[in-house]
Amino acid sequence: MSHLLGFDIWGGWGTTLAIKAIIVLAIVPLTALILGYVFLLKMMSHMQSRLGPMDPGGFHGWYQLIGDGIKFLQKEDIMPAEADRRVFALAPAVVVLSTFLVFVVIPAGPRLVVQPLDVGVFYALAVSSLSVIGVLMAGWASSNKYALLGALRAAGQLIAYELPLVLAVVGVVVQAGTMNLQGIVHFQQTGDLFGWGGVGFPLILTQFVGFALFMVAAQAELTQPPFDMPVAESELVAGYMVEYTGFRFLFFFIGEFGTAFAFAALAATLFLGGWSTPWVHGTAADWLGPLVLFTKVMLVAFLMFWARFTYPRFREDQLQAIAWKWLIPIALINIMITGILKVAF
Amino acid sequence: MSPNADAPAEGAPTLTDESAGLLAALQAELGDAIVEHANAFGDVVVRVKPDAWRRTAQVCKEKLGCDYLSFVAGIDWMPAPLVADEGSGDTSAPVQPRDQTYGAAGSAGRYQAFAVVESTKQKATRAILKTDVGDDLRVESWVPVYAGADWHEREAWEMYGFVFDGHPSLRHIYLPAEFEGHPLRKDYPLLAREVKPWPGLVDVEPMPGGDADEEATPAASE
Amino acid sequence: MSKVLPEPGRLPEIEVDPSAFRHLADAQVNVELDTGDMVLNIGPQHPATHGTLRLVVRLDGERVIAADPIIGYMHRGYEKLTEFRTYPQITTLINRIDWLSSFANEVPFISCAEKLMNIEAPPRAQYIRTILTELSRIATFLLFLGEMGLQVGAITPAFYGFRDREYVLNLIEAVTGGRFHPNFNRIGGLKDDLPWGFISDCRSAMHKVLESCDEFEDLVAGNPIFQARTRSIGIIPPELGAAYGVSGSNLRASGVDWDLRRDGVPYLVYNELDWKVWTHPDGDSFARYWVRLQETRESARMVLQMLDMMPAGPIMAKVPRIIKVPEGEVFVNTENPLGEMGYYVISKGATGPFRVKIRSASFSNVSILPWLLRGVYIPDIITILAGLYFILGDIDR
Repeated sequence: MSHLLGFDIWGGWGTTLAIKAIIVLAIVPLTALILGYVFLLKMMSHMQSRLGPMDPGGFHGWYQLIGDGIKFLQKEDIMPAEADRRVFALAPAVVVLSTFLVFVVIPAGPRLVVQPLDVGVFYALAVSSLSVIGVLMAGWASSNKYALLGALRAAGQLIAYELPLVLAVVGVVVQAGTMNLQGIVHFQQTGDLFGWGGVGFPLILTQFVGFALFMVAAQAELTQPPFDMPVAESELVAGYMVEYTGFRFLFFFIGEFGTAFAFAALAATLFLGGWSTPWVHGTAADWLGPLVLFTKVMLVAFLMFWARFTYPRFREDQLQAIAWKWLIPIALINIMITGILKVAF
Repeated sequence: MSPNADAPAEGAPTLTDESAGLLAALQAELGDAIVEHANAFGDVVVRVKPDAWRRTAQVCKEKLGCDYLSFVAGIDWMPAPLVADEGSGDTSAPVQPRDQTYGAAGSAGRYQAFAVVESTKQKATRAILKTDVGDDLRVESWVPVYAGADWHEREAWEMYGFVFDGHPSLRHIYLPAEFEGHPLRKDYPLLAREVKPWPGLVDVEPMPGGDADEEATPAASE
Repeated sequence: MSKVLPEPGRLPEIEVDPSAFRHLADAQVNVELDTGDMVLNIGPQHPATHGTLRLVVRLDGERVIAADPIIGYMHRGYEKLTEFRTYPQITTLINRIDWLSSFANEVPFISCAEKLMNIEAPPRAQYIRTILTELSRIATFLLFLGEMGLQVGAITPAFYGFRDREYVLNLIEAVTGGRFHPNFNRIGGLKDDLPWGFISDCRSAMHKVLESCDEFEDLVAGNPIFQARTRSIGIIPPELGAAYGVSGSNLRASGVDWDLRRDGVPYLVYNELDWKVWTHPDGDSFARYWVRLQETRESARMVLQMLDMMPAGPIMAKVPRIIKVPEGEVFVNTENPLGEMGYYVISKGATGPFRVKIRSASFSNVSILPWLLRGVYIPDIITILAGLYFILGDIDR
């Protein structure tokens, strides 16, 4: 891994660890920022026939979120008097931690991955569910009935939608034959459609059901509308996050949008081919890869946020019914069909 | 208006057919309980005895088809004691007559409870019902007949002090639980005027068009 | 001045403890998880309550056992104020009862005064009054169509509702000078005539309103999630609704074919127009949304008719300089956007009334909430509140 940039930098595992840590810590807020600005501020505004922020930074308000971040940092740190202090302070850290951990396995190029794991997919989905603990901690420690309601709803929802998320990906794993994310990308890059290798073989073509399931489940994992009962703005007023202000709220915000980027990146990697384009290999792919991945992530995120602004929210029991009665059976059938077809062809 | 005056003043409309029908039906059902009736611009106003107040509601709901309750409220006929006299130059409120007169269908005393019921099944069918409230301020509650009277009676209790017999829980609706007094009574002052007296006409220039009787001398303020 | 202590009994399950219903700011909510029941305080500051309405609900998990609305945070004492003011001064005040459709609040009161004085406004004034009333209705309902989507979770329709409402508010401002509180009615007619170019602008605005109604039907009413959230939620049986005094679109959504514009004492020019009353048999929140959607369209069509039928003439009848209303009592009620609004004016011949009883629609609409909210989930509370569509100024007067 010390050959990251093609030459040796100081050597030693300490420095590589430090570099990796810095990369992850820097990238996550940056992605949250970009996603937040492009989709939450600008795309949503234009879809609602308004302009969104225009002044900060001069050009279409690009500085808005950075300014918001600075604003959050300088706010007073308020904690409810009856709150459980340590748990209250730790909860946002747990949520953001799970985001950071997912970014560790997402590849941006043939050699641009912080840690290529052979159980990449499994690891990514497993650590992303750590955020449930953070949500529950936040809701309980806030000593607020609204927060508690939000946290309990979130717990039920996040656990329920873990299953469709994982099962949707199983089809991809079966078809690609590996859980290593680089391996899945390689599979899509080197595959072909009936002999024509022009676009490789993006797994969305055969795993379209899996893609749809993944998108729906990811939407629910991010507690975005139509699955945002835990943070139902018009009822619970930010649900489990209601008592959080200042930089603690900033953590939640970064966690939410960072995870959105992570899930979009996972979807792009698993179904759209990730950083790869079929005709670019080697070192050039190291430079082109991040751009390609970024483009694909933006496309997937566009779908996610578009659904966010359009649909009303499901009630909790309707939400659970969809997960258990519809998504899981469909996912299981998808796996079965994939398996059969994989063996047959 | 004189008792049983359904002969209207010049120009005012007579009782509509629907109102006349309602009046006839009420007279048939309630008979003696009706003390007086009158005509308020086409609507029938019927004053009933206090002990027949709930029975009137039942008759209206079941026999006359008036299934819709518009409101139940109170009236205090006492002349406002705190308003200025004629000619004093005080523009803080319109000058009201000083004697205690009663409106359509008369009244036995200072307080009355009144209600309007309508029918959703027949056109333009509505009745204005009144009853006198004695010094003990007790009125029969309409809640067993019209469920919506609940909140209206709470408001009437809060504003006038009427105690409705049979109401499930007579408590404050608009005002805080510790509020003392009954604001809509005529002897309850308008607190805003106590806090800051009405400044009167503060513009010194004459109104455009220069009418002499539009100008008033600016009242001595503060 | 003795306070009657409340008797427990009829009010379902909630122990009526006077100290529990203080109007003090309830900033500190203790996490007191009784086994079984939890008391949740929704409001008075809450995005879903359209203003300062406070709902104290007793919950079992997410189900409501009993709910008690506490109103009065915006009580301004209108009925007391009217006893100290002249008729023109009162017209300014009553704009602010239902502030979304302010013009419509003035109409019944002015009708009361005109009836007592035996004055009739000229036909052109009647037409303009009707047009402005229907424009207020469209403005109010466009807001409703947007914000009901918002309460249910879809953020975007709210913006569309506000955007389309701007067309109507611009029209009202062009005529009256005020977007929200026109204060345009005078006893005997109106303050001013229509401005130049109003008729063509109004026509194009009504066509835009019709288009946006189609958009709402597509985006919101046709959305399966919206339907899943609103169908069979908050069903009001028609007889119970009438007994509670629920009026307007809420009652028509329960199948009661009753509209004061057609079925009450005739007022303004509604019987000269060709229009229909919309009802829906279901009585749930979706039915209320649907009825208001259709009524918006109907209002737009009515305005288009009236623009073609507008007579020429004066806009003010002969009225004495100082308005003294003769002795008498009169009750006028009209079909306002929120429901039935009525004024019972008792006059003793002075320049101001002796007693005005204001019958506001939302007061009765909200009084059905304790019955309606039993056994629903918390999200359904929000849907029901949004569907009933009340304005705090109308409840609290």
